[in-house]
Amino acid sequence: MSRRRPTARRCLGPIVLLLALCFSPLTVHADEPLETLVQALAAKGFKAKTKAVEALAASGDAAAAPVLEALLAGKLHYVKKGRRVVRIEKRDGAKAMFDPLAGTDLGPAKRKTKKITINNKLRRTIRGALGALTLLSPSPTVRRDAARAVFRSPRADSLPLLEKALAKELDDAVAHEMRRAIAALRLTAGEDLDVRLAGAHALADFPDPQVRDLLARIANDAATPAALKAASEEGLAALNRRLELLSLIQNLFQGISLGSVLLLAAIGLAITFGVMGVINMAHGEMVMLGAYTTFVVQQLFREHLPAWDAYSLAVAIPAAFLVGGLFGIAIERGIIRWLYGRPLETLLATWGLSLILQQLVRTLFGPTNREVANPEWMSGALEITGGLAFTWNRIWIIVFALAVILALTALMRWTRFGLDMRAVTQNRRMAGAVGIRSGMVDALTFGLGSGIAGMAGVALSQIDNVSPNLGQGYIIDSFLVVVFGGVGNLWGTLVGALSLGIANKFLEPWAGAVLAKILILVAVILFIQKRPRGLFALKGRAVEN
Amino acid sequence: MVNWKRPLAATATAAIMALSGLALPPVANAAETIKVGVLHSLSGTMAISETTLKDVMLMLIEEQNKAGGLLGKKLEPVVVDPASNWPLFAEKARELISKEKVDVTFGCWTSVSRKSVLPVFEELNGLLFYPVQYEGEESSRNVFYTGAAPNQQAIPAVEYLMSEDGGAAKRWVLLGTDYVYPRTTNKILRAFLTSKGVAESDIMEEYTPFGHSDWQTIVASVKRFAAEGKKTAVVSTINGDANVPFYKELANQGIKAEDIPVVAFSVGEEELAGIDTAPLVGHLAAWNYFMSVETPENEGFIEKWQAFIKSDKRVTNDPMEAHVIGFKMWVQAVQQAGTTDIDAVRQAMYGQEVKNLTGGVAVMNTNHHLSKPVLIGEIQDDGQIETVWQTDGLVVGDAWSDFIPESAKLTANWTYPWVCGNCTKPKYLPIN
Repeated sequence: MSRRRPTARRCLGPIVLLLALCFSPLTVHADEPLETLVQALAAKGFKAKTKAVEALAASGDAAAAPVLEALLAGKLHYVKKGRRVVRIEKRDGAKAMFDPLAGTDLGPAKRKTKKITINNKLRRTIRGALGALTLLSPSPTVRRDAARAVFRSPRADSLPLLEKALAKELDDAVAHEMRRAIAALRLTAGEDLDVRLAGAHALADFPDPQVRDLLARIANDAATPAALKAASEEGLAALNRRLELLSLIQNLFQGISLGSVLLLAAIGLAITFGVMGVINMAHGEMVMLGAYTTFVVQQLFREHLPAWDAYSLAVAIPAAFLVGGLFGIAIERGIIRWLYGRPLETLLATWGLSLILQQLVRTLFGPTNREVANPEWMSGALEITGGLAFTWNRIWIIVFALAVILALTALMRWTRFGLDMRAVTQNRRMAGAVGIRSGMVDALTFGLGSGIAGMAGVALSQIDNVSPNLGQGYIIDSFLVVVFGGVGNLWGTLVGALSLGIANKFLEPWAGAVLAKILILVAVILFIQKRPRGLFALKGRAVEN
Repeated sequence: MVNWKRPLAATATAAIMALSGLALPPVANAAETIKVGVLHSLSGTMAISETTLKDVMLMLIEEQNKAGGLLGKKLEPVVVDPASNWPLFAEKARELISKEKVDVTFGCWTSVSRKSVLPVFEELNGLLFYPVQYEGEESSRNVFYTGAAPNQQAIPAVEYLMSEDGGAAKRWVLLGTDYVYPRTTNKILRAFLTSKGVAESDIMEEYTPFGHSDWQTIVASVKRFAAEGKKTAVVSTINGDANVPFYKELANQGIKAEDIPVVAFSVGEEELAGIDTAPLVGHLAAWNYFMSVETPENEGFIEKWQAFIKSDKRVTNDPMEAHVIGFKMWVQAVQQAGTTDIDAVRQAMYGQEVKNLTGGVAVMNTNHHLSKPVLIGEIQDDGQIETVWQTDGLVVGDAWSDFIPESAKLTANWTYPWVCGNCTKPKYLPIN
């Protein structure tokens, strides 16, 4: 569907005219009314659709923006009979049709409609076009996204628009994005060498991988003039130094983040194994139960309180603690208390229990993964500077892990229950002699460890799959952390988890994920040979027993 | 199902066996039914994918029985649970063939489970239909491969990404889980890319352990790798559900499909059903079947499946279609041979044609692989995959890749004069 000028049509005689008439619903001209341009989106083939999108962008009419947004969101359909383009929205569980431009209600979608499909290349064009149309939007976030979109898919005709938008811009962050887009546009589509050189120099102030990509593209291009090539390479060298430093910081953050995940998985075990000495192979399943609790809570929120959906995690945390804790107490009372002092039997019994719990969940919830959605405030990343961004879900998990370990330390040190717990683990008979019901304390301690594992499940449901096998992936790591950090020592667990996480993340880039894990395992084994009691060994009578 | 005249104890035993899922109780006289073995994990890690395939087989068998059975006999499914345990697969396969005396088996998902049962099927001369896309480099006399070989999935996907429509990628990241399927597929892909003039420095290959959930470093390094001024694409042979945290990390680090598209070979509708697909929109999948394809055959199949499983939320996927095609072909071959004898059925299989659910006709070739169309689709926010490109006609499944020098020489052809799965020259000399 090429653009045909009306004059050309007249010259080429009646056949062409006939052809042109046949195609006329699909041929597109920027100066035609918007309705015709929108109708052209129902064309067959991605090339024709791209043309239609470009014509809509070239119209410069902000009214086209909602149409493009609907197209991007997959809401634009055409009615099979007559190919009229409509927007389809869900209303009370049924589909309703709307006029894409005017937004007028066209009633329920009774006739057969077909979605207007787009592909990645077209999606990029649409984002670029949308960017150009929404640069002057009243919302700063929309303007920022618009500037980003224009940067990603630069179109030469956006430059005057951008300059106009920048002149009016009051928000610093948005202006920053706009300057980056302008520099990129000058570099790629500048009229003469001076403009392009200025663009290349300006870009060196924006250290992020996308700018690096753009400069490298210019530097690699054989058609680039020598002066511009030199300028790009100079910019690249400066960017590389900066990006290397940023990537080091990024790596450190990732290490802390992995450490915090290990910490969460291991804190519960630090109590059941570290403090009580029970080898609990079903620990991972407590984590898994916590994750499924999150799923159930989220599901309940969706059904009954959809408006509060984003806060379902706040309810899931205590719920998972209760579920994990109750299971823990039941396990302790039902199985483990008969096996104290017989580690081998405990190991086998809890391992069997872990298989039973997995199959139970598989039967109840089905073998397929369950979807736990990330709330809005846990998605995306916090951008520190260009090229350095920390993802929100990881930040929250670090905060949560630290909060849990602080709360637990406080509980152990300053509450009556903590005192009883320490007394029983240090000297059971003496504790009994002063009137502490040691059986009760055992049950509660085990319940506490399992409850914390349940809370870890809430966090893990945000970064991993909620499946019956969730716990298995963490059980080995948890034991590793507890043993490495020193059995019976919460601070040891903290230091152990963080150092293993950071070491892993610094090994990964050059050794690969598989080898990094093996190296860590070997290092811990060697370390245990040297210091059998881990990083922070407990001293005193309790240990000698 | 249960013969009430039998003593109570025997009935109880049968009931317990049925409940424990070890084996369905033998019904009536064995000679009156044709036994179909179903060898899919119903527990353990692979249950997530394989349980569905077991259900599809039960549906197909029930349907065939309603239509009058086969050769005047009823079909009887024999379901066993190898529990995602590879050695157990071999044991259960032996049980199916020697003890249950099944006439055919439909089963396995992972390559390692297939490799584990292969010697059993060859030793006892059984017949296995394997429904999952795999790494190729194999053609057994006793296995029919109804999933895609690398040239029916991986190679077309890469060709699409290289094309103008696919974004003209010049730089490649090969990401995979560390086991036989990704390693072999990436070996083939690397050879293919090199043959297309891609430099070694433009290929990055990374492997991760099973169930890897911390993708931060790898996604960050993909981001760095992509910032070298050339369009970059990721080819993912990441196994099953490790994909979910991977895609989440991509989205959180702000990588969109338009910037760095990821094409995955193990992600289908069933896997997507467990995740929020909004951040995945635009990433690609390559299969021979998508649920979204609008053909009368496919619409009928989806309707039947959702009625059988009693849920209109359940999705269909590529390995399910492979079982549909495989089962229909086997039924046709048995009818043609007039017997369920394995050797006669095998001969009747060659050239057998069955309509694809996505249009066109699948053909069984003499190398035990199918000719099927290849579809490339983009993931949508409703968890469906929309076709954006497809091959003009059928692609013949290639057992031995042309891009690995040592396997390019090999031929798989189970008819005269070759009669062999990995030969450089025919078994029989041509008669002049």
